[in-house]
Amino acid sequence: MSTVAAKPPGIDAGRIFIRIFLPAVFICAAMVWVLNAIAADRIENSSVALLVAIIAWLTACWFNIELSRLSILNLKLSRLRDLCVAAIFGIFILFLWEVFVAVFQIPFILLPPPSAIFERIMASLPILAADFYQTVIKAAFIGWCIGSFSGFMVAVLADRYGFLARGLLPIGNMISALPIIGIAPIMVIWFGFDWHSKAAVVIVMTFFPALVNTLAGLNASGQMERDLMRTYASSHWQTLLKLRLPAAMPFIFNALKINSTLALIGAIVAEFFGTPIVGMGFRISTEVGRMNLDMVWAEIAVAALAGSLFYGGLALLERSVTFWHPSYR
Amino acid sequence: MSAGTSKFGNAFLPVTSILLVLLLLWYVFAYVMNAPFQRELDQRAGENPSFSELVIKTWSQPKPTMPAPHQVAQRLWKTVFGVKPWSKRSLVYHSGVTLSSTLLGFLMGTGLGLIIAIGIVYIPVLEKSFLPWIIASQTIPILAIAPMIIVVLASINITGILPKALISTYLSFFPVAVGMVKGLRSPEAMHLDLMRTYSASNAQIFWKLRIPASVPFFFTSIKVAIAASLVGAIVGELPTGAVAGIGSRLLAGSYYSQTIDIWAALIAGSILAMLLIAAVSMAQSFTARMMGAQP
Repeated sequence: MSTVAAKPPGIDAGRIFIRIFLPAVFICAAMVWVLNAIAADRIENSSVALLVAIIAWLTACWFNIELSRLSILNLKLSRLRDLCVAAIFGIFILFLWEVFVAVFQIPFILLPPPSAIFERIMASLPILAADFYQTVIKAAFIGWCIGSFSGFMVAVLADRYGFLARGLLPIGNMISALPIIGIAPIMVIWFGFDWHSKAAVVIVMTFFPALVNTLAGLNASGQMERDLMRTYASSHWQTLLKLRLPAAMPFIFNALKINSTLALIGAIVAEFFGTPIVGMGFRISTEVGRMNLDMVWAEIAVAALAGSLFYGGLALLERSVTFWHPSYR
Repeated sequence: MSAGTSKFGNAFLPVTSILLVLLLLWYVFAYVMNAPFQRELDQRAGENPSFSELVIKTWSQPKPTMPAPHQVAQRLWKTVFGVKPWSKRSLVYHSGVTLSSTLLGFLMGTGLGLIIAIGIVYIPVLEKSFLPWIIASQTIPILAIAPMIIVVLASINITGILPKALISTYLSFFPVAVGMVKGLRSPEAMHLDLMRTYSASNAQIFWKLRIPASVPFFFTSIKVAIAASLVGAIVGELPTGAVAGIGSRLLAGSYYSQTIDIWAALIAGSILAMLLIAAVSMAQSFTARMMGAQP
């Protein structure tokens, strides 16, 4: 028990130097050189740049494989490693995009390079902020809150009366599969061009997933646990608050996550049917018409960032609310 | 079989009664929303209708704020059975246009999703590097780039069904990829070990264990995928300038305030979605029977 201390597998300075450190330095150097060559517009070097870029990419692939094979016992380090692997993959998509656009001289209208999109984002921050406020904060977020909350409340009420629950579940399931986005023109006629009509579309789109998932979640607690609550002589509302709602949380968060995507889609697409002259959907459809593709991509980048951050925030919240769930242990 | 019918009997009464209540509410809603405009009209015409006359009038306006159910049903009947199916006024024609790009996009998306799932299951590094980006790609509103894809592809002379189908592909590959990763991994360790004791090759394990085990996951995912590709096809028709398809009917209806047309197109799209999902369910039960499941 005392003499033989097992050496942790895979942690070996020489091996790490050869397999991790050297390729990392080479990849960074190659990327900097290629990006410089492209920026200097030396077209005669383009085939060399392409070759170096592809070699760097293959090295990165190998590097990623090595990195993910590394057995790391520390949980935090291993999580950091997973993040690195994903980040390297994402960075290389952007890098190859930039290189291919430059080397093959893809027309700007077809696909602007990431650097041009980034420049456009930096140059038009006020416009992007105004569009973000109009579409995401006003239409999508308010609609998401009202829609999800009312779906949840209706589910809790319907759950009290089994008749309603049995009827609403199949109807809600069916409606969730319908192309609800089609009500956008109707809502624009009813509520006008401003954000209210977009929020209304989002409310209808998010209502049914919240309803269906909450109803399913309220049935997720086990029969044994419910029997236990009955032996405690707990009332319906006590059982609901102390057992069934906590048990339903994973389902409810699932609905909130689905709804966060639906809300952005609903708010943006609804703007195609008529808007004031601000908003992400408005900007996308007018700038496409003017062939300002970099502005369109800038809006998409903002939408992607907003969507991912919101989704990530929900995931963090879920983790802290449903800490007891087996998938986090 | 008996369990199935009793389940159906359990749900039948609640579902129909809720649908009936919704229908009633629709009529009440139609009256409430159309009444102010109708009163204004009557006032201008100098008429003073009784309440029942007013109600009837609100349910038969030509361009109502909210059409009554029977108006939508009439328009639907007229545009589906009243005109030749290949005429531009027929909803059958427009549904067909939407259906063709939905199905093409659905097939491409399912194929892409399967390839990605198999890749992720067999190449471990892809799970760490590729899967997070696939999930992130779905948190961004893909439909927002629909008009861009259409316009950009049109600028290099790719028009017609393919751009719309590409949008459907993007929307439908994700559920299939994620569902099939789960499905292909669903065989238990015991079963995998059993295959290994038979000295089965990797290909044999794939075809004889992983694929059959993933069938239920496959059908659950393609039900989501086919609904998503219909949405993609409809939204893809919006920026083409209202040429053909259910999406273009929605856009044309909103340009000319033809509310009854919008509702009819909406109902037609919903019927299409239900038919597609019913078709997938039928394929599912057929496959289950072919694989020897007890009915």
